[in-house]
Amino acid sequence: MADEHVDQDRRRFLTGVTTGVGAAGVAAAAVPFVASMTPSAKARAAGAPVLVDIGDLEPGKLLKIEWRGKPVWIIKRTQKMLDSLETVKDELADPDSDREQQPQYAQNATRSIEPEVLVLVGLCTHLGCSPLEKLKPGELDSDWQGGFFCPCHGSKFDLAGRVYKNVPAPTNLEVPPHRFLSDSRVEIGVDTTKEDLA
Amino acid sequence: MIAKLRNWIDERYPATKVWEEHISKYYAPKNFNFWYFFGSLALLVLVLQIVTGIFLTMHYKPDTELAFDSVEHIMRDVSWGWLMRYLHSTGASLFFVVIYLHMFRGLLYGSHRKPRELLWIVGMVIYLTLMAEAFFGYLLPWGNMSYWGAQVIISLFAAIPYIGEGLAEWIRGDFVVSDATLTRFFAFHVILVPLLLLGLVFVHLVALHKVGSNNPDGIEIKADKKEDGTPKDGIPFHPYYTVKDLFGAGVFLFILFGITFITPELSGWFLERANFEPANALQTPPDIIPLWYLTPYYSILRAVTYPLFGVDAKLWGVLSMGFAIFLFFLLPWLDRSPVKSIRYRGWMFKTALTVFTVSFVLLGYLGTKNPQAIDLFLFTNVRWAQICYFLYFAFFLLMPIYTRLDPVKPVPDRVTFK
Repeated sequence: MADEHVDQDRRRFLTGVTTGVGAAGVAAAAVPFVASMTPSAKARAAGAPVLVDIGDLEPGKLLKIEWRGKPVWIIKRTQKMLDSLETVKDELADPDSDREQQPQYAQNATRSIEPEVLVLVGLCTHLGCSPLEKLKPGELDSDWQGGFFCPCHGSKFDLAGRVYKNVPAPTNLEVPPHRFLSDSRVEIGVDTTKEDLA
Repeated sequence: MIAKLRNWIDERYPATKVWEEHISKYYAPKNFNFWYFFGSLALLVLVLQIVTGIFLTMHYKPDTELAFDSVEHIMRDVSWGWLMRYLHSTGASLFFVVIYLHMFRGLLYGSHRKPRELLWIVGMVIYLTLMAEAFFGYLLPWGNMSYWGAQVIISLFAAIPYIGEGLAEWIRGDFVVSDATLTRFFAFHVILVPLLLLGLVFVHLVALHKVGSNNPDGIEIKADKKEDGTPKDGIPFHPYYTVKDLFGAGVFLFILFGITFITPELSGWFLERANFEPANALQTPPDIIPLWYLTPYYSILRAVTYPLFGVDAKLWGVLSMGFAIFLFFLLPWLDRSPVKSIRYRGWMFKTALTVFTVSFVLLGYLGTKNPQAIDLFLFTNVRWAQICYFLYFAFFLLMPIYTRLDPVKPVPDRVTFK
């Protein structure tokens, strides 16, 4: 076949179309592989709520439980601890909990349903380490009013899980959905409804 | 007989041709010094890691219920299992020692400069891939530091706006680091990344042999050739440098076995104490730090504590860390000096490189310490890290200026032996 009979436009068009169809095929073939790495049906289903009895929890103490593979803290705060929430307010990045790190029913001065009982996901909002309990005043430095300290990158939180200013963590600790079934029983993973509050 | 067999093969496969082109008639500059050991040593460690790795997979179990115990099983019950495991863990750290020295050699003698830009970039991709390999491997023992280290690094991706959370879930295969994460990291660590590494090393060598090796004088030896077409300042790689590299390998193995036999944990620098406890999803280790070879970037990550331009400190930290590594890729174009080697550069580059090296090492050291404590003097560790952060970036970002102003010395025509 001589060169002058080659229809260059036709050749270019066919090459282009073949490449395009091939690329679409590769993209389509990649879908199942990429999708196979997303959380499996089992992982999605494993989000069952957890029932916790806090009847024995002493004031000023913290209880750690596991929910969806994450640490969840339940802290029964003393009146002194609750008073400290006002003292530290000026040093906090989001003292009024404006950013959505809590359900609506916990968007208040104490970030809780019952003022004493605070429920938090115990993971730093910076890079997900579990902060240490430094509940007593003066435990971290002389001005410390009590709260949590993340050993990984030095973020600090108060006794409502609110983040201090000028630390790497951008937001307050997350309050998970939870509800009280009675005074001493908390269910983590289920939202409080209007009926519960009534 | 042997000659006949060789002929038979050469007619069907270019065995002799490849051997000559890349080994026995590959001309390398005759003035290589100490710094030129580390390329071949990196190859040696790669082989060591692959061999010990293969034998470790025979006994290791990638399952959150079994992983930690299977490593202990290797250490206690498997014949010579402790040796395989300690060689693998020591080899991992020494891999980075060798690679960092190899990269530093590049900075010293301008091995990233034209025409070796692509060689340098492929090398940087290897460095990144190696970091990924180390990170995936670190989860496998399923110790508490493994678990929380993975948690922190995967959370870096969650800092990306909009797609971050979904991306982190996709990497983990779960909402938290779990069995799904462990098994896929195992697949990455033993199949995907080693394959990539081998391919990249091949490309790195092909690129090297296309442009030829640089040397401590930064002179192109190909520019001055004998009548037979070989460079005047070149000697065949084999036997001259194969012998030199074998000597280097001997010294290296001495160090490798010294650490492996005497102090495989190296006071927590090669194997961290917190990782001798099984993973615990409820309890972060009191001081969470990656292994030493990643701590300079870890320091940069947590040096950013102030929000800026409406972007929070977390995202700035992640961006800074990514940028800190990315800048290495741009090095061939940031460096505007008319000379390559430090031997003919002026005081400006020498000062800059010294300051950079000190701040890189300091960042690495600070990355292993609590940010709020004071381990140097005067300031807290995070303040020191912030100072080093600026020096680190200044080295790169001011490079186009100071390399142009730098008073350089004349470069000789032929290589020298200093």
